[in-house]
Amino acid sequence: MTRIRINGVEEEVAVATLADLLVTRGVDPTARFLAVAVNGAVVRRSDWPARPLFPGDDVEIVRPFSGG
Amino acid sequence: MTDPLLIAGSALSSRLFVGTAGYPNQQVLLDCLEASGAEIVTVSIRRISLGGYAESLVDLLGGRYRLLPNTAGCATVRDAVLTAELAREALDTNWVKLELIGDRETLYPDVEQLVQAAEQLVRSGFTVLPYCNEDPVTCRKLADVGCAAVMPLGSLIGSGMGIANPAAIELICSRSRVPVVLDAGIGTASDAALAMELGCDAVLANTAIAKSHDPLRMAAAMRAGVEGGRLARLAGRIPKRRFAEPSSPQLGLVGS
Repeated sequence: MTRIRINGVEEEVAVATLADLLVTRGVDPTARFLAVAVNGAVVRRSDWPARPLFPGDDVEIVRPFSGG
Repeated sequence: MTDPLLIAGSALSSRLFVGTAGYPNQQVLLDCLEASGAEIVTVSIRRISLGGYAESLVDLLGGRYRLLPNTAGCATVRDAVLTAELAREALDTNWVKLELIGDRETLYPDVEQLVQAAEQLVRSGFTVLPYCNEDPVTCRKLADVGCAAVMPLGSLIGSGMGIANPAAIELICSRSRVPVVLDAGIGTASDAALAMELGCDAVLANTAIAKSHDPLRMAAAMRAGVEGGRLARLAGRIPKRRFAEPSSPQLGLVGS
């Protein structure tokens, strides 16, 4: 298990990569308009399958919403 | 396209930018955008709710409008820059409406951090449109660091108080090297018309439309206000006089 932070919440996860994390959290990694950052840096979509998760990683998963 | 608005080399046919928040429902939002004639519509970037992802209306707007992501709510350079970078990745646009808020209650920009973040984003290849104070010096500094436009506030975000300081907005417009987009505070169509008459290149409206009793009609009114104000600006207003000047002929009066 790896202890990481996902969208501000600390959790133990049992996945190897960023792409796996998205799938286990019900997020389709092929869905349009998604963006992910780890530790304050954007991880390009093409790198999601290869990006391992390390203890303490701070993951942000975002999408567009209504706004002014 | 007659009288296009040029921002960072892009020619825009509409001078009304419209925000997508706070409409009664998604269909009203869609209809309002249509009625407004807007080409640029703003969106925010937020964390997804984990445990489910469904495409929303905002996702679907991408094909029909140019989505301008904002960094609304960000209070630090780091958060604003990261939000802009996430927006670029999510929406495949390097345009960003940069907001860096210095005070949660008034939502006034933090000018010092705003200029820093703008400079950083411009260096990273962004087309930056900063929401800023209605202050010519701040606007000049933002243009100096490479912002593609400036977006001074008319009055507080969501307040509907209109243009609190028309003289300052006029001053900014007369001096700015980059387009001026009046952002925040618009309450009704005459506010939008006034902004354009003062020399603004465009207006952004959201709450004034979304929270109107009849959003669809207000979207059309806002469009007409912007277009009327722009035409009036181009035509030029007459000088103000202290006394009356009869408009009908003085000669040939009945009974004279």
